[in-house]
Amino acid sequence: MSKTIVEKILSEHSGTDACAGDIVVAEIDAALVQDGTGPLAVQHLQKLGMEQAAKPERTVLFIDHAAPSPRKELSNAHKILRDFAKKTGAILSDVNEGVCHQRMVENYMNPGEVLIGADSHTCTAGALGAFATGMGSTDVALGIASGKTWLRVPETFKVYVTGEFKKGVYPKDLMLHFIGMIGADGATYKALEFCGPTIDAMEISGRFTLANMAVEAGAKAGLFNSDETTKKYLKERGRGEAWRPISADEGANYERVYEIDVSELEPTISAPHMVDNTKVIKDVEGIRVDQVYIGTCTNGRIEDLRIAARILEGKTRNPHTRLLVCPASRDVYLKAIEEGLIAKFIVAGATIVNPGCGACVGVHGGILGDGEVCLATQNRNFRGRMGNPDGFIYLSSPAVAAATAIEGVIADPRKYL
Amino acid sequence: MQIKGKAFKFGDSISTDHIAPGRLFHLRTNLPELAKHVLEDADPEFASKVQPGDFVVGGKNFGLGSSREHAPTIIKLAGVGAVLAESFARIFYRNAINIGLPVLICDTNQINAGDELEVDVSKGEIKDITKGITIQAKPLPDVMIKILNDGGLLEHFRKHGGFALDA
Repeated sequence: MSKTIVEKILSEHSGTDACAGDIVVAEIDAALVQDGTGPLAVQHLQKLGMEQAAKPERTVLFIDHAAPSPRKELSNAHKILRDFAKKTGAILSDVNEGVCHQRMVENYMNPGEVLIGADSHTCTAGALGAFATGMGSTDVALGIASGKTWLRVPETFKVYVTGEFKKGVYPKDLMLHFIGMIGADGATYKALEFCGPTIDAMEISGRFTLANMAVEAGAKAGLFNSDETTKKYLKERGRGEAWRPISADEGANYERVYEIDVSELEPTISAPHMVDNTKVIKDVEGIRVDQVYIGTCTNGRIEDLRIAARILEGKTRNPHTRLLVCPASRDVYLKAIEEGLIAKFIVAGATIVNPGCGACVGVHGGILGDGEVCLATQNRNFRGRMGNPDGFIYLSSPAVAAATAIEGVIADPRKYL
Repeated sequence: MQIKGKAFKFGDSISTDHIAPGRLFHLRTNLPELAKHVLEDADPEFASKVQPGDFVVGGKNFGLGSSREHAPTIIKLAGVGAVLAESFARIFYRNAINIGLPVLICDTNQINAGDELEVDVSKGEIKDITKGITIQAKPLPDVMIKILNDGGLLEHFRKHGGFALDA
């Protein structure tokens, strides 16, 4: 039978002819937890008397949400992960190494593999042609200990993308537009498969941005073909031998097909307090912004920082608007230093935050004051997301963020490009 | 399993940030303390008013957002008998079943805040005693009933020495 990408990967990993709707027990290749979800996962395993990792070399414990720790409770939570790593041989990704999803694609994930992670944006690795999904601490704990998980094979929505992006419009705008179109629950439970000429031509960083936000439409995973672009990325990361081609079979069964022509798109923004509350730039231009945040697993890659730096070069932030820049990983940070981007940001008045999730998830390093407005390149703007239920969060591309930092109000980036 | 209690109504799109916000991240290793703040950003008075067996009644896409299992866990710790909603976000739904918190998909428009409810989880039957009506919930998938009957996924795994859920 013709198969979607997700059916292929889950067939291989369960030893069955997996079709949408089937319940399978699948072998997992890699698992991740972070400092918000990992301590509970370890405590679950302690309760079961199973403090073990079936694949320690592919089990990664990330200290990224509260890194470095702003409070003793969190330092103690970190100790739980440090001890578990020592006991089991699992990998500890410590303070400053970066955001879990960025590091998983940089260093650990390959096409055709299965990743489960106790973080909803685990779906980022789908950009490499892997099946990657977010789960809770219990599911991931048992996955770490046993090397397996149970899954219902999801139905797939095909997202067929054509056209060329206009100047100042990026994959982030496409994804916000798509989520606005289908809604925050538009793909609940489903797998999204992104394909078409625009996706074939898209660089890997853009694919990561799309895959990262699959969960914001409710999806279980966001998958891409593994192609020459994937191969090039893996080679750059020293894993060329791990590449294999993956795509859906001709005639695979899709529950729905969406077609999007990106040449029609404008810079797109999500307004408070929902990701699917999307607007085109002209409808939100001029809104006062207290803080701009450029970073995260959605848009904290070197390609994103280059776009922002290009706009900010030779300019300074508006004195009423704080500008935070947070490279998504240590490798991104180093590259940004080598390319002179960090200096440009600092000259423009930015505060450089060490790699991590702190501000986006509302733990530390950029918490909003009452009534304050933040425009961020992250994936979520729920009430309370950035540490204050009385704050307001808009989501955008790095280009809109950079233009907004200059003007102090939401601004169209095209005049700076 | 029969549960009796009062309905606490919430709107659509109650996120895990409403239930267990990031600003209380440091309480994630102290769940009884975190439970004192459950749903605080949707209803600041909820945690102090809820009684054992009461129900959280939501609208569409309840529990969207993060994978934090702490969200359903503190709802359960607060004594909530079950969460009823028109629809649930995927990870929240799976987490709730894993930790043994019943979640039922039904037409919650018919239920008002403060209504007395009696819920039969296995039958998926919701009696609104205040209104004198019965609402039928969508049956839980077999795999979810197995996990719930074993007392959650950890207990399931312990009991069967692994996953006994396929086929």
